[in-house]
Amino acid sequence: MYAYDRYDQAMVDARVAEFRDQCERRLAGKLTEDQFKPLRLMNGLYLQLHAYMLRVAIPYGTLNGGQMRMLATIAEKYDRGYGHFTTRQNIQYNWIKLEDAADILADLASVEMHAIQTSGNCIRNISSDHFAGAAADEVADPRPYAELLRQWSSFHPEFSYLPRKFKICVIASEQDRAAMRLHDIGIRIVGRDGELGAQFYVGGGMGRTPMIAPLIRDFVPLDQLVTYSEAALRVYNRYGRRDNKYKARIKILVHELGAEEYTRQVEEEFAHLLEQGVEPPLAELERIKGFFELPSPLRHSREGGNPAEGAVREESGPPDQVRGDGFESWARHNTHAHRNPDYVSAIVSLKPVGGIPGDATADQMRVLADLAEQYSFDELRVMHTQNVVLPHVAKDDLPALWQALSDAGMGTPNADLMGDIIACPGLDYCSLANARSIPIAQRISERFAANGKEAALGELKLKISGCINACGHHHAGHIGILGVDRKGTENYQLLLGGSEAEDTSLAKITGPGFDERGIVDAVETAADVYLREREDGERFLDTYRRIGMAPFKEALYA
Amino acid sequence: MPEATTIRLRDDTPCMEPAVTLEAFAEQTNAVAVRIEPGGDARELLAHLDRLARVDIAFPAFTDGRGYSAARILREAGFAGELRAVGDVLVDQLAYMRRCGFDAFAPDAPIDMADAEAAFARFPEVYQSAADPRTPIWALRHGDGDDR
Ligand code: SF4
Repeated sequence: MYAYDRYDQAMVDARVAEFRDQCERRLAGKLTEDQFKPLRLMNGLYLQLHAYMLRVAIPYGTLNGGQMRMLATIAEKYDRGYGHFTTRQNIQYNWIKLEDAADILADLASVEMHAIQTSGNCIRNISSDHFAGAAADEVADPRPYAELLRQWSSFHPEFSYLPRKFKICVIASEQDRAAMRLHDIGIRIVGRDGELGAQFYVGGGMGRTPMIAPLIRDFVPLDQLVTYSEAALRVYNRYGRRDNKYKARIKILVHELGAEEYTRQVEEEFAHLLEQGVEPPLAELERIKGFFELPSPLRHSREGGNPAEGAVREESGPPDQVRGDGFESWARHNTHAHRNPDYVSAIVSLKPVGGIPGDATADQMRVLADLAEQYSFDELRVMHTQNVVLPHVAKDDLPALWQALSDAGMGTPNADLMGDIIACPGLDYCSLANARSIPIAQRISERFAANGKEAALGELKLKISGCINACGHHHAGHIGILGVDRKGTENYQLLLGGSEAEDTSLAKITGPGFDERGIVDAVETAADVYLREREDGERFLDTYRRIGMAPFKEALYA
Repeated sequence: MPEATTIRLRDDTPCMEPAVTLEAFAEQTNAVAVRIEPGGDARELLAHLDRLARVDIAFPAFTDGRGYSAARILREAGFAGELRAVGDVLVDQLAYMRRCGFDAFAPDAPIDMADAEAAFARFPEVYQSAADPRTPIWALRHGDGDDR
């Protein structure tokens, strides 16, 4: 994975010093809260319902054991002994004191981490495929491109006061495991006639006006990536709406101008910027790529095949040990095909039955750090589904890994099943929330553990947001739940048919909302309709797409 | 050090002419100073840059970042006159403004000169090529002044 050189380290250290100074000026009254707010936001510090929340960047979700251990230390030293992994592949701490913030950033900087631009109206931490560099189906590891853009976007002088926040995602496979088209810019690295380049999708997003990003350029050569991004951003910075916060995202600009006109303006700006020399040389991309090479034992499989980058393989089936103690189920659900057939990527569920989705204790983080070092070449990934991946695990090590995870409460075999719920912090923490998300997730997870339907249901992505801002991705859930405020009481709308994968679609509301108990029943009712109606091999989503909303409505509102 | 009302990073004699609006400039092209509001298109000036001594770019609110693009566009087109950030200009934005090509600052509220100098000196290097002469880190890494 990427390692800082002295330049990167100096920049992060300077940022710590700058923020320390800003905090001191704030505490001394030299900065008003209005003046301080955008500055603290650009360092990931939010004021929540009960305390400050700090969001730490995990660039494209990749980190090593030492970094995970530091996250554990911070949880204990400055928070209440746990952290919350987010749908942006970051981690949040919910109980932070302003006085401690600069010290936390200094601790992070000591392990090459930071909280730069994890919030505020700027280019946010760049996300990617959580199986990047390991997946059997990618044309290249997308992370070097994400790193190139991370550096370009850090402290960008022109794009730090954008109309609104800006999220970029980079993937490199046909399968989309990162909700790429629901980002402000979604980039897919593709091969054309033996050459790599980038597809640019611009203007996607969730929130109150969900939109799927249109393709605006089918192939940007690798030595023009930064320039093209700069052009896309400049058009947005100049013409994105600033009169209404709810219409300020780039998706509204692209929608109002039309994709064609937006593209025309970007191309014009791009042609101009090509003359300006803003692009790093390809040698810089090569330098970055060097950090992402597969560890050498991973480069050769036992059969002697060379699982090199770009060697797209069929998915390999689950490991074939037969034991009957829960391991098989875990190995079937919680592993993903690796480029090297002797290995898999293992998904660590942070969704125990009845637990808080995405929460991990400091002790659990330390276990993850140890296991990464022992079994996964010192690498971990944070998933946007609020789980953790050990990307390079030898199939032979899986039983031991599963045992260790189970002992630490992280061996639940539910990846992509009903229990693998995405939920935003909701009214338990978030000052914008209309309703609680976490308890709803807990009740649903308990319900389906008790009724034994989870296995029969198979892949089913349930996503819960506590308000229309959609941090819980409810628009993209096979089943989505949106918390709303109905005359002062918490109420929940049910949505069906969303997908954040390569077949991106937006979920539709079933009808009138439900109360806290009713929504759990409603989810079970919808699940039962699927079990009754499904044809061979259909997932919940497939059945919904075939039979439509009507049978679900009938059952829900009979 | 005293608090300054205008910070100027140029040695030439300041142009003291009042700035006209973009609309007025379109009608009266003998003006030598123009003021661009956030919604104004800096590119309307490109044909007349050699005639301009100063362009003021207004920041009614520091959170409105359109002026950063306006400044870079003017510098990219070769404008060599004074580029002044006017309005809600705070010490924490000075360094970014300078990178986008501003070389004068007229903040509504005076800025402490020591704070301003600390802000300009804060970051040892830069990650991007912009409108200032600083060498980006990627260029330092690949031979341009690299001492490793
Ligand atoms: S979706 Fe709403 S309630 Fe949930 S975290 Fe986002 S802003 Fe808060």
